[in-house]
Amino acid sequence: MKRAARKIARHIELFSLARWWGIVLKEFLQLKRDRITFAMIIGIPILQILLFGYAINSDPKHLPTAVIAADHSEFSRSFIAGLKNSDYFAISAEHLSEAEAQSALARGEIQFMVNIPADFSRRLVRGEHPALLVEADATDPMATGMALSALQQLAAAVAARDLKGVLNPQARQAAAFAPQDPFEIRIHRRYNPEADTHYNIIPGLMGVILTMTLVMLTGLAMTRERERGTMENLLATPVTPIEVMSGKIMPYIAIGLIQASIILIAARYLFNVPFAGSLPTLYLIILIFVTATLTVGITLSSIAQNQLQAVQLGFFYFLPSLLLSGFMFPFRGMPQWAQIIGEVLPLTHFNRLIRGILLKGNSWPELWPEIWPLLLFIAVAMGIAVKFYRRTLD
Amino acid sequence: MNADAFQYAIDVRGLNKHFGPRHVVRDVSLKVGRGEIFGFLGPNGSGKTTSIRLMCGLLTPDSGEGTCLGYDILSQQAEIRRHVGYMTQRFSFWEDLTLRENLDFIARVYAMPDRRNCVERTLEELGLSARARQRTGALSGGWKQRLALAACMLHKPKLLLLDEPTAGVDPAARRDFWEELHRLAAEGISILVSTHYMDEAERCHKLAYIAYGKLLAQGTAAEIVAAQPLRTWSIHGRNLAALSQELRQKEGVAQTVVFGDLLHVSGDNPALLEQSVRRAVESAPEKVRCEQIATSIEDVFIYMMNRSDGEEGSPGEHG
Repeated sequence: MKRAARKIARHIELFSLARWWGIVLKEFLQLKRDRITFAMIIGIPILQILLFGYAINSDPKHLPTAVIAADHSEFSRSFIAGLKNSDYFAISAEHLSEAEAQSALARGEIQFMVNIPADFSRRLVRGEHPALLVEADATDPMATGMALSALQQLAAAVAARDLKGVLNPQARQAAAFAPQDPFEIRIHRRYNPEADTHYNIIPGLMGVILTMTLVMLTGLAMTRERERGTMENLLATPVTPIEVMSGKIMPYIAIGLIQASIILIAARYLFNVPFAGSLPTLYLIILIFVTATLTVGITLSSIAQNQLQAVQLGFFYFLPSLLLSGFMFPFRGMPQWAQIIGEVLPLTHFNRLIRGILLKGNSWPELWPEIWPLLLFIAVAMGIAVKFYRRTLD
Repeated sequence: MNADAFQYAIDVRGLNKHFGPRHVVRDVSLKVGRGEIFGFLGPNGSGKTTSIRLMCGLLTPDSGEGTCLGYDILSQQAEIRRHVGYMTQRFSFWEDLTLRENLDFIARVYAMPDRRNCVERTLEELGLSARARQRTGALSGGWKQRLALAACMLHKPKLLLLDEPTAGVDPAARRDFWEELHRLAAEGISILVSTHYMDEAERCHKLAYIAYGKLLAQGTAAEIVAAQPLRTWSIHGRNLAALSQELRQKEGVAQTVVFGDLLHVSGDNPALLEQSVRRAVESAPEKVRCEQIATSIEDVFIYMMNRSDGEEGSPGEHG
């Protein structure tokens, strides 16, 4: 009877709101005084978004292009002139053989190879719907995506201007006897058939920035106490592990939301990323992701012996997140084992969620399959953190 | 429920603790009565801090048992934390918080009723109201120590564990500090205080001496001195350093200490000691005189430490 009562009493004491609030206040005050950390919180998102957004141009121009014109017709000349006039293509070689051009493409010397077959204009005139062959080095899909869509328009414009009579697409459309274009542009995206859109990078960047800064910041939270000797004091008080852990991450949740807002504003007004979905949903998702990331940090912090170790462990977490989450490389292009690791990482799910909300306007039914893995992750990570938190100095 | 039923504030038996291959605390048993100031002495690395941490539940002993304020040190560590005030050896409050913020945090985690007043009163009693908004890191050593004591007293603990609270504090501040301790003890608060200073040892009700993890003596200062067969002679004169060196080689002499114009010579065989001292005095190049004096607690402690030296290795050298 007595023992049961004591057990209940101890259970109730596991979490006291007053004690927890004490820790939250203390962390806020300490954070406020830590100027460098504060600068990092604001500086890193701005720096990264500007670097990724501007310096790393997702819409590159003047890409080296080889033209193999076996067909010396009026149309070919006009098409090549059009290419030259467009900003996207820089004709670097006009007199290569196909084999030479192929190896130049393989070496990465040229980005595109435009092949106008020998009988192109003859077949065009006959209305045989010939194909213009374009091979693109799509290892970096962002490098080629815009140029390729420009190419389509260019070809259409050349066709509209140069082709007369029934071959002219406008005339044909007016006549309404053939819905087809007079010729086809056959694009081979070499080396990487799945071409991601350039909008991927800015939303993806949010998760990367949050992961990097928040894991680092909370990673230091516990080890700092240990290194400064204040941990002994904290342990001597009645605070419980769950109070310390959750209290310590509270200020960083606020910081995560501030960082996310900075990135969202930049995405909207600097990079014109579309906002297809609902903003409250977006913030709720960000909140869940921030919490998941912070539990990782606090777990690393309770495992690490000192601040240096915490930073090192942070990198062990950050690198796989960066590489295997689908931010750097298309997720479906990764081998099976890498996908399995990727599925565990919160950043993978967050990338899908935020792209889903911003670009596709997804709502709860589509989002849920990516949300529950995050929630599960939080529960497991927090469990590990509490288990590793040493109540004693042993 | 059993908070007031205990007889001893601390009652531990056979505590042992290893850190890797080092046996840091060996079979330590001690009892601290209520309202008693209990001095815990020993050289650096002798296991004082570890013993204190074992008693307040910050470390788990490898073997041994006991109670602290009637709570079991093995199973009721949470209750012990709530009722014990522990002042760490190294200043362990948050230096980037102000004085008031530190006290406020402590008051919150102990869920003090009337928190605000409690903090203000403490600041006033410390005489630090004017500096309440100052960063704690900017305080001098003496003030830090006073703040630490005030903070660990904030939740009105019945037992204080103070780990070398006066290390690096000037003599006047130390005197004030001890007056405060005696005032608290008079209110019925039990205090275990570790120290290096012999003058402080003499201000304790009871003492324990620990060296190399082993408790060598326990009791009042007089009891400890009486329990040892140590006799001491005092030699007055000049150039005592050479005499001290010479005497140390002699039969019956355990240790010699020079205090300016005084030389204390101690030994555990009264007859041999007297013989050696008298011969040395007679053969001294300058005129010196000698007399037998009461053995001091310091002489006893140094004697005990030298005697236990080397037994079962010397783990103290690493700590």
